[in-house]
Amino acid sequence: MTIEKSTKTKDKSSKNSVPVNVLIVGVGGQGVLLASQILSDVALQSGFDVKKSEVHGMAQRGGVVSSHIRFGKKVYSPLIPNGKADVILAFERAEALRWVHELKPGGSMIVNDQKLIPPIAADKKYTYPDDALTTLKTRVKKMQILDAAKIAEGLGNTRLANTVLLGALSTTLDVDMSIWRDVITRRVPKGTSDANLKAFDKGRGA
Amino acid sequence: MAFEVGIGASIAGARTIVCMKHVGVNVAADPLMTFAYTGLKGGFVLVSADDPEMHSSQNEQDNRFFAKFAKIPMLEPSDSQECYDFVGIALDISEQFDTPVMLRMTTRISHSMAPVEIRPWQDKPVLGFTVDIAKYVMMPNFAKPRQQAVLRRLDDLGRYSETTPLNRIEWGSKKVGIVTSGISYQHAKEALPDASFFKLGFSYPMPLDKLADFAKKVERVIVVEELEPFIEDALKVAGIKCSGKQYFPIYGELNPTRAERGFADAGLLEVSPGGEMKPFAVLPRPPVLCPGCSHRSVFYALKKMGAHVFGDIGCYTLSALPPLEAVHACICMGASIGMANGVAQVQGSDRPVFAVIGDSTFLHSGMTGLLDAVYNKTNLNVIILDNRITAMTGGQMHAATGHTLSGEETRRVNFVELTKALGADTVQEFDPYDFEAAQKILKDVTKRKGVNVLITTRPCMLFPKKIKGEAYRIVPDECTGCGVCLKIGCPAIARSEQVTKKKLFIPIIDETLCTGCKLCADICPPKCIYLLSELPAGKEV
Repeated sequence: MTIEKSTKTKDKSSKNSVPVNVLIVGVGGQGVLLASQILSDVALQSGFDVKKSEVHGMAQRGGVVSSHIRFGKKVYSPLIPNGKADVILAFERAEALRWVHELKPGGSMIVNDQKLIPPIAADKKYTYPDDALTTLKTRVKKMQILDAAKIAEGLGNTRLANTVLLGALSTTLDVDMSIWRDVITRRVPKGTSDANLKAFDKGRGA
Repeated sequence: MAFEVGIGASIAGARTIVCMKHVGVNVAADPLMTFAYTGLKGGFVLVSADDPEMHSSQNEQDNRFFAKFAKIPMLEPSDSQECYDFVGIALDISEQFDTPVMLRMTTRISHSMAPVEIRPWQDKPVLGFTVDIAKYVMMPNFAKPRQQAVLRRLDDLGRYSETTPLNRIEWGSKKVGIVTSGISYQHAKEALPDASFFKLGFSYPMPLDKLADFAKKVERVIVVEELEPFIEDALKVAGIKCSGKQYFPIYGELNPTRAERGFADAGLLEVSPGGEMKPFAVLPRPPVLCPGCSHRSVFYALKKMGAHVFGDIGCYTLSALPPLEAVHACICMGASIGMANGVAQVQGSDRPVFAVIGDSTFLHSGMTGLLDAVYNKTNLNVIILDNRITAMTGGQMHAATGHTLSGEETRRVNFVELTKALGADTVQEFDPYDFEAAQKILKDVTKRKGVNVLITTRPCMLFPKKIKGEAYRIVPDECTGCGVCLKIGCPAIARSEQVTKKKLFIPIIDETLCTGCKLCADICPPKCIYLLSELPAGKEV
């Protein structure tokens, strides 16, 4: 076994390869990790170098989850530098507010209009930010707010909500649509690909 | 235990990998320190994953010191492809030099994904064990010659380190030379791509001659590494002028921004724009016990009793957070029983004292603690929260689940018989979903002398399969707004917009999340929480 092969791919002209940075955030159990896996697959299949890294710690129990996806000619660090996300997809309102400072000036934000109040809010010391969307609007110019669950319900199945969000995300990235469709078809449970593709299109048009 | 099984497999001539996180190596340190003496037959790799930033750990120790401590070679991959490649290389090094090899990972390496080129599989036969008493029986007269072999081996490994392509130089500007390893290489490369880089893939023993030569060819040397100044100190001892920790933190995880700031402090670049927006203060969202978790009622009852609770490693540690705040110490795997034993022995608490430990943790390192409490005639109450799975880490099997890690059926440990055999004075199982009975059992046990074991009998809500029972609902006009149901920290219960006549918030249950564990209904003072199928007349939907 040798390592020559793996080192050969290291690109020395790293200066001109600026990766695209996508941050996906939400609450443990919402599907952030699967969504970021699908985006990574799409980027990989599009011929990019891709790195994906998630921070969930003990968060599979309803805590904060964030996933960094970076793709481009060559990606070094798996983490997005602070304040350099090109796109943030937030699965929940308060989480959108928690992470908005990571958006670069002029970046796009997609916010799922869902409110998940953590149990800690039962303590009077903590208040859920009911004005999250208003605050976000003052800070972010390119922002899309959509109620993915409602759109999915309109399609007859609330479980399609995350695919709706991916549809909205796809409009912010310069990636071939056929690759998105291909990856979604492969990644979703058997027999649900038509419904998921429909949800994806709905998200694109939302 | 895993490490010892690994030693057996290796000295029987099988290639072996043993994986654990940083704190696991503390437990494995005993066999590691001496296995480093004996050497092996089939290649042996210890994968140790450190957790800079403590994303999900109780401390932030830098395990690179273990390689130096045990005098074994260490490899540090910096991305997914290297993880894959380095395992094979480490096995080769292990066999070539007759030594265990440490593959040191960090969270950011382990929790990242990137494309990996797969290489052809090489099958290695198991060579079989052969008797070699002087090599494998470590008593002083045999250990002394082995120690000399270790020292010779370290010299050989030092020479290997000077020539291996795992340690490579990437020439750039000679104004600055960066010495780095692992994930820090990626962050530094992104922040300062034009510099010259000395990337250590084989980072112990270090190639000090090659590093000294590199240092001569650049104007200044900066070491970029997470946690301790492991590389920096070694360079300084070798008389190589460098700086590092004066620009980069000695704790936490590096990222491209922190690397950039360090280089800016070193006067090497200006911090690039971005990140000007200040973070908003958003309420914290700590992880919580799942809706319907069988641990919840136990901790709520312990809290109501005012008990002092010594906890352990698992989901239930989350009960230390508000609103339950019912775990009062947590150190490491298996420490709960020992700590509670110590508190009881010095009579250091005026309240009921409980050790609380999960099923898998008890089997991992709780049994000896229980035995010791029995032996030393302590008065101690131990609750084994048996949810029949290793839940916190994602649902792994263990010796009391009836299945092996690879899913095959196997024999299942019986906790009642096990704890009786360890000498517990009383052993009692109880249903944590019967809150009233559970509360009584917990109170009664404090009146007994000796070592008393209580064992819960409900499975995890998530693993091996999700459990969802019929949901409960709060009938708003019967609710007094007392907020008692909000004190159990159930994610399915939140404050609604509705208020009572006295302007108190009426909670609402998310029926898609509620699993029907009934704890909230049991503790509700006005009894206004009903099963959906048992809603009072006129309140049904």
